[in-house]
Amino acid sequence: MALKMVKGSIDRMFDKNLQDLVRGIRNHKEDEAKYISQCIDEIKQELKQDNIAVKANAVCKLTYLQMLGYDISWAAFNIIEVMSASKFTFKRIGYLAASQCFHEGTDVIMLTTNQIRKDLSSPSQYDTGVALTGLSCFVTPDLARDLANDIMTLMSHTKPYIRKKAVLIMYKVFLKYPESLRPAFPRLKEKLEDPDPGVQSAAVNVICELARRNPKNYLSLAPLFFKLMTSSTNNWVLIKIIKLFGALTPLEPRLGKKLIEPLTNLIHSTSAMSLLYECVNTVIAVLISLSSGMPNHSASIQLCVQKLRILIEDSDQNLKYLGLLAMSKILRTHPKSVQAHKDLVLQCLDDKDESIRLRALDLLYGMVSKKNLMEIVKKLMTHVDKAEGTTYRDELLTKIIDICSQSNYQHITNFEWYISILVELTRLEGTRHGHLIAAQMLDVAIRVKAIRRFAVSQMSALLDSAHLVASSTQRSGICEVLYAAAWICGEFSEHLQEPQQTLEAMLRPKVTTLPGHIQAVYVQNVVKLYAAILQQKEQAADAQAAQEVTQLLVERLPQFVQSADLEAQERASCILQLVKHVQKLQARDVPVAEEVSALFAGELNPVAPKAQKKVPVPEGLDLDAWINEPLSDSESEDEKPKAIFHDEEPRHAKQRPPEADEQELARRREARKQEQANNPFYIKSSPSPQKRYQDAPGVDHIPVVQIDLSVPLKVPGKWMPMSDQYVKLEEERRHRQRLEKDKRKRKKRERERRGARRHTSLHTESDEDITPAQRVDIVTEEMPENALPSDEDDKDPNDPYRALDIDLDKPLADSEKLPVQKHRDAETSKSPERQDVTVMEKKSKKPKRKEKKHKEKEREKKKKEAEKGADLDFWLSTTPPTATPAPLPPGSLQEEPGVNAAVTAPKEEPRGEEQDAGEDAEQDLEKKPSEQKKKKHKKDKGERSKDKKKPKKRAPPREGEAEPVQNGALCEEPLPPMSSYSLLAENSYIKMTYDVQGSLQKDSRVTVSVVLENQSSSFLRNMELNVLDSLNARLARPDGSSVHDAVPVPFQLPPGISNEAQFVFTIQSIVTAQKLKGTLSFIAKNDEGSTHEKLDFKLHFTCTSYLVTTPCYSDAFAKLLESGDLSMSSVKVDGISMSFQNLLAKICFHHHFSVVERVDSCASMYSRSIQGHHVCLLVKKGEKSVSVDGKCSDSTLLSNVLEEMKETLAKC
Amino acid sequence: MIQAILVFNNHGKPRLVRFYQRFPEEIQQQIIRETFHLVLKRDDNICNFLEGGSLIGGSDYKLIYRHYATLYFVFCVDSSESELGILDLIQVFVETLDKCFENVCELDLIFHMDKVHYILQEVVMGGMVLETNMNEIVAQIEAQNRLEKSEMTLRVSLIPTFTSPQGGLSAAPARAVSAVKNINLPEMPRNINIGDLNIKVPNLSQFV
Repeated sequence: MALKMVKGSIDRMFDKNLQDLVRGIRNHKEDEAKYISQCIDEIKQELKQDNIAVKANAVCKLTYLQMLGYDISWAAFNIIEVMSASKFTFKRIGYLAASQCFHEGTDVIMLTTNQIRKDLSSPSQYDTGVALTGLSCFVTPDLARDLANDIMTLMSHTKPYIRKKAVLIMYKVFLKYPESLRPAFPRLKEKLEDPDPGVQSAAVNVICELARRNPKNYLSLAPLFFKLMTSSTNNWVLIKIIKLFGALTPLEPRLGKKLIEPLTNLIHSTSAMSLLYECVNTVIAVLISLSSGMPNHSASIQLCVQKLRILIEDSDQNLKYLGLLAMSKILRTHPKSVQAHKDLVLQCLDDKDESIRLRALDLLYGMVSKKNLMEIVKKLMTHVDKAEGTTYRDELLTKIIDICSQSNYQHITNFEWYISILVELTRLEGTRHGHLIAAQMLDVAIRVKAIRRFAVSQMSALLDSAHLVASSTQRSGICEVLYAAAWICGEFSEHLQEPQQTLEAMLRPKVTTLPGHIQAVYVQNVVKLYAAILQQKEQAADAQAAQEVTQLLVERLPQFVQSADLEAQERASCILQLVKHVQKLQARDVPVAEEVSALFAGELNPVAPKAQKKVPVPEGLDLDAWINEPLSDSESEDEKPKAIFHDEEPRHAKQRPPEADEQELARRREARKQEQANNPFYIKSSPSPQKRYQDAPGVDHIPVVQIDLSVPLKVPGKWMPMSDQYVKLEEERRHRQRLEKDKRKRKKRERERRGARRHTSLHTESDEDITPAQRVDIVTEEMPENALPSDEDDKDPNDPYRALDIDLDKPLADSEKLPVQKHRDAETSKSPERQDVTVMEKKSKKPKRKEKKHKEKEREKKKKEAEKGADLDFWLSTTPPTATPAPLPPGSLQEEPGVNAAVTAPKEEPRGEEQDAGEDAEQDLEKKPSEQKKKKHKKDKGERSKDKKKPKKRAPPREGEAEPVQNGALCEEPLPPMSSYSLLAENSYIKMTYDVQGSLQKDSRVTVSVVLENQSSSFLRNMELNVLDSLNARLARPDGSSVHDAVPVPFQLPPGISNEAQFVFTIQSIVTAQKLKGTLSFIAKNDEGSTHEKLDFKLHFTCTSYLVTTPCYSDAFAKLLESGDLSMSSVKVDGISMSFQNLLAKICFHHHFSVVERVDSCASMYSRSIQGHHVCLLVKKGEKSVSVDGKCSDSTLLSNVLEEMKETLAKC
Repeated sequence: MIQAILVFNNHGKPRLVRFYQRFPEEIQQQIIRETFHLVLKRDDNICNFLEGGSLIGGSDYKLIYRHYATLYFVFCVDSSESELGILDLIQVFVETLDKCFENVCELDLIFHMDKVHYILQEVVMGGMVLETNMNEIVAQIEAQNRLEKSEMTLRVSLIPTFTSPQGGLSAAPARAVSAVKNINLPEMPRNINIGDLNIKVPNLSQFV
């Protein structure tokens, strides 16, 4: 009964788990929000409890709520607590929550660094895995920098599960911390040949992502990938590699040649559609990269197109879609071979699937020619009418405009037709693309002189028709068209047949409902029209009519003066005054037309959009140079505003005209002409097709006027599609043309027949034969004098991938290394120079030797680099793919300096690693990882030496690995080796080292980590540890065992292996140090048999071990000292030669303090005991002595800590 | 790279949301809604690719989705991923779910969002495909489940566990599931059997 009650109360603790929450939400459909807010309150309560299981449960529920859209960032700290739980179950919950809601802006994220590091080096692969997975979602630049080295170590982990995760996450690290790319790259490359397919795939994945952004840096890997491609059977890997090759081939056409054969083989052999598709894609990329002078590749194109046709005709919509997608890529370079499948594409336009229709539209873009443009656009126009849903219709609209306007209206033979198409498009209601149509109208009217008369007539009709004005109330974008119409009518008013009528249309009261900017254009162009009418009337000596027009303006303009739009209002007021003045003059019979027209004299020329950017910098002008030297830093901050103005000045300087003499100008003009010849914007000076038509004989006779007469100039009231008539007309025209040409040809032929009778030319109508209806002179857009030809302005400087554009073939410099965790106190972490100084001091002992070595290495590197370049060339030049393995590089031992370093410097490296551990002065000191890393490292070494043998046997063609990764990291250690593990006991069998660790969350518990190292050749098993408990400290034993029972060690030790076990002790009072006697018993088994062995030890709990590194801000520290609750004590140690920084590092490391503030040779430090005592220190360094003043809420604790510290310092 | 993985049901209720790029929660919900409306109006017999447009990232991104009975699985990917490959990956993911939950149905996803996340984590990591071999994925998940179970029931560890009752957390879900299975949920089709769904891409075996 009692048991049941206890169970019940415990169950209640878990009352609402995730499932309950979900069920609750489902049961409260009506008041879901209320229910959830109630749940969040409960969760907040649960998070306050100490029990980690309750906390984890709460965090788990929060993760669910996050999915529903609730912000859970307020619980970030609790999430970190759960992440640091020792159990995998909870840890996993914590990391999941973190991965869902942490991001770069989460401020507590910096607290996770050490926890993650600890998890990364955890003995359980799943702890490591879960940390890697979590980190991959919320890695920040800081985390990336601090953990890059740890992750890189994991790339050589024994477990493939960890390896593949570590490899994948490196990509994220590179993105956040680009400096890590070069040091890590050799190892990443190594992983391409990992025995485990998962790891290999991960490495391929990462390199493909990298190469996609900056392909040229990865060209040297081509041979390796080629080998993988021909050997791998994993389709995922193959697809990735083939995609990568697609990105590489544009940079190296020779690579393409090499690829064609294996790829076509794959296309023929594979049954996987995904692979087939990617192969086709890459073959297309290859074909694009190859110059057209490769006739034998037409077979490959045919193969691709044929395979794609199969895809497109497939009933599976997915394949159809992809087929069209790939087809559009071929189109770019080999339009002819795609155009043959026009039927198929047009058929897809009718597909029920919008994605497919869009793809087909894309294809159409490249399929049009002079011949079929009208036909295709006609078809599209019918689709526009049919289309439901504005998005697809808008897409159609933009496509029609794209298709027609592409490459300077290359395919348009009849601009009247085009204008009428544009006018028809204005009938679309609710389209967003009014401005597009408007822009086209303006562009065509300005650039095609011959069309202006027609355009003006159409535009005036547009202005006249009321429906557009009416639709403007719906605020649809189509009224933008009126902007263009008004401007065209005004600017080219001389072409207007009935300007008065248009003027009246523009002055209608309804116009004021249009958007402001359109009204402004109306006002301005009304005056242009007015000027034209005045001119007309005065020439006709019709003063009466002229005055009437003026009167009309005076009457109607006030409606614009009241416009809400400032621009329209201002223009209207100005013009109204002007017109009133004109009216006065007119009353006195003064001719005014000349003067009014003078307002708008001259012609506007279009300016190229990039013209401004292309203004060259005049010679001798350095835009980056200071005009006034910047003020020196010593000046106070209030000078800063001035500096802003200095910055601006170079911009003004840009406008200064270049000073050049006549000769120079002539030279530049010559150069400019040269540039214009190559510049696509300049059609004028180059023999453009349009120009040719203009010059061509026999075109002049095409009667433009005739067409004008055959089509009514006004848009019919019912808005009949006029463009169709053009299609017919065009056909007739072409037919006439053909007849004429045939006639000419016949004559010619007759002549020929009469002559030698050699040629019988067949009649073919190619694109070039079609002559445009109008005299098309597309006026080019103006460019500034001396325009720069460069086109590099498309690059986005903010592209995050730009930072990863790093040359990977360059050998690593010594300065390039991943940051190994070092002591950082508040100041030094920010000033790298100072750190360098200390480094220099340390190094100065043996600089000469190192320099020499370094130089030698440098030379070697250079040699190898040269070799490598040559090798890629060699690889590419050998055509048969079988010749892939490149010549064996001399001395394969030198090839892998990583291995060398590991073998020759085994003492150095662990030291570095050890130093890694727990040194971040702000955070928990982690002692465990250091030891584990050491172990891992040993394993690594073993593995690597195995690795080393393999390459020797296989002798793969890898050259790029010559970069020495580690040696840079090794030589610069500013601190002596430190380990918090101290010897516990040792005999011939076993060596025990231990470390004691407390945590703030468990106020009376400490964890003792004991590293057991088997020193014998026997196999040690059944290890048990027992301790004689004291009143104050007792070993926590599994439930149900008595106080005298031993605790088993959960592992066995083969010879030479070490492992770590953790034991938890409960401590009553922590103010004094104490020792516990204990015994380790085990069975040692070797060939001769097994023996029972025992090893006694004394476990020393120092007061220091109860302290936990806790960061403290200086203001909180100051408050603490002021509070006066603390008792004080001090010690002084003489004869210390160590540098102050190292001294602080030592205190931080061994005594778990953190530096609060440091001023010269004086520092304040802080720590906290597991029971919440504050310990504050003031450390001062004198000539050869150090004095430590301490304040603590418990005097006994303080004096004990100081005693222990004295001992440590005395060793310095 | 995969930008986002969304699973929602026929009514647009999210069942799994995994963004690999930071979006504030409101935006996430908005993206889910928009994506839902995009895929909802598409028939089952038209192609499984959607140009995402303004949704996430821009024109380089595509939505690749599959519809299984009551659930939509949507992956938002950029051009570095193979379209058909991702379709297969979705299939792998769903089949893995099926194996891990034994005849998976929407209810499993509803009540075990965390577990689904853990499974997904073995397939995709940080937006990159981690593993495509289903056996390997299932093996890792089972190993982790065993580890969890051992932590919860047997206290092998030397560190005394917190005052956890018998069963602890791992027992709770089982209770919940059995409880749920007895609740009458008419709107939830119980048996979403993967087996009788027609899967369009024929080459799955190539990847597994």
